[in-house]
Amino acid sequence: MALSLTSIALVAAVALGCVYLFTTEQIEQQKQATQNAARVAVLNGQEGTPVEVAVDGFGGTMRVMVGFAPDGTILGYEVLEHSETPGLGDKAGSWFKNADKPAQCIVGRQATGQFTVSKDGGDVDAITAATISSRAFLKAVNEAYAQFQQENGVQVEAASCASQMTQPKSEIVEEKEANNE
Amino acid sequence: MNNAVKTLTNGILKENPTFGLVLGMCPTLATTTSAVNGMSMGLATMFVLVCSNVVISLLKNVIPDKVRIPAFIVVIATFVTMVQLLMQAYLPGIYAVLGLFIPLIVVNCIVLGRAEAFAAKNNVGLSALDGVGMGIGFTLSLTVIGAIREFLGTGCVFGAHIYSDQYGMLIFVLAPGAFICLAYVMALVQKLMK
Repeated sequence: MALSLTSIALVAAVALGCVYLFTTEQIEQQKQATQNAARVAVLNGQEGTPVEVAVDGFGGTMRVMVGFAPDGTILGYEVLEHSETPGLGDKAGSWFKNADKPAQCIVGRQATGQFTVSKDGGDVDAITAATISSRAFLKAVNEAYAQFQQENGVQVEAASCASQMTQPKSEIVEEKEANNE
Repeated sequence: MNNAVKTLTNGILKENPTFGLVLGMCPTLATTTSAVNGMSMGLATMFVLVCSNVVISLLKNVIPDKVRIPAFIVVIATFVTMVQLLMQAYLPGIYAVLGLFIPLIVVNCIVLGRAEAFAAKNNVGLSALDGVGMGIGFTLSLTVIGAIREFLGTGCVFGAHIYSDQYGMLIFVLAPGAFICLAYVMALVQKLMK
């Protein structure tokens, strides 16, 4: 009894191992391909930097890649992975790049690190019936911008940023300059 | 021969997994947000059903009665994991949508149910046919439910726009719509079968 169950489990394990070895490379390639495709897509064929961030969405982790022009303009974005509600939150993949509706479109705007939905006093229209997903998405864009600034030390008009944001940023710029010297 | 045809059609009509046996409701409700998703889930389940039915039918004399359930589960889980890996490697688009539900095929009552009720008592050929029949039945029901929900919810069928999604009733794409849709289709099928 124990012997037959053990042998079945053994055969199953070997079979699984083979399939795993056979598919690992392909799976890795697929992931890489998605990543690369996104990297190209978010830049819209222009010069810039793609930044990838992960935030907590409505249904789980939301991974977003945002492309920034050197001056901080958003060139494009892709939602790489999400678990938002189908039909509501999952519209984030297209909602915020709809150029026909400037109130909800963030592509082409100058990133401020302070994007919020209209409901919270911001100037980006949230996805209908999916405010939480929209907040998560904008948080991702803001985080991506913070990361972009950190990496590039880009000086953006401080006026558009809240004072708390300007403080650490200028420190970074100074650090970078010190390093250059 | 007659027996073979009967076994094959049994799963499609008389003992349709969704509408006849009412087994495997979890994937039925969860994955039928669109016709393509429903169909992919159905096909993945069919693959597992056929493979596990064949293997269990082959092993039925080797597996002692007392440990048959764990043995069946090991066989089923192996095939499910294989499907998951293969899908991830070659159909990443569908995997992104169904990935979460693929491991659930292991505990899908249809697969274990057919192993226990059919494959463990019949020869390999008939068991394979039973797997195909049940798989087709499951795929058909999931595709139908998926198509109805997609049509009512987003105005598309198989991704093709029929009417503007502005008029779609969003509830049909969400969980409540799954229950509503399943209930109506099941009532209709029951009525027609009588």
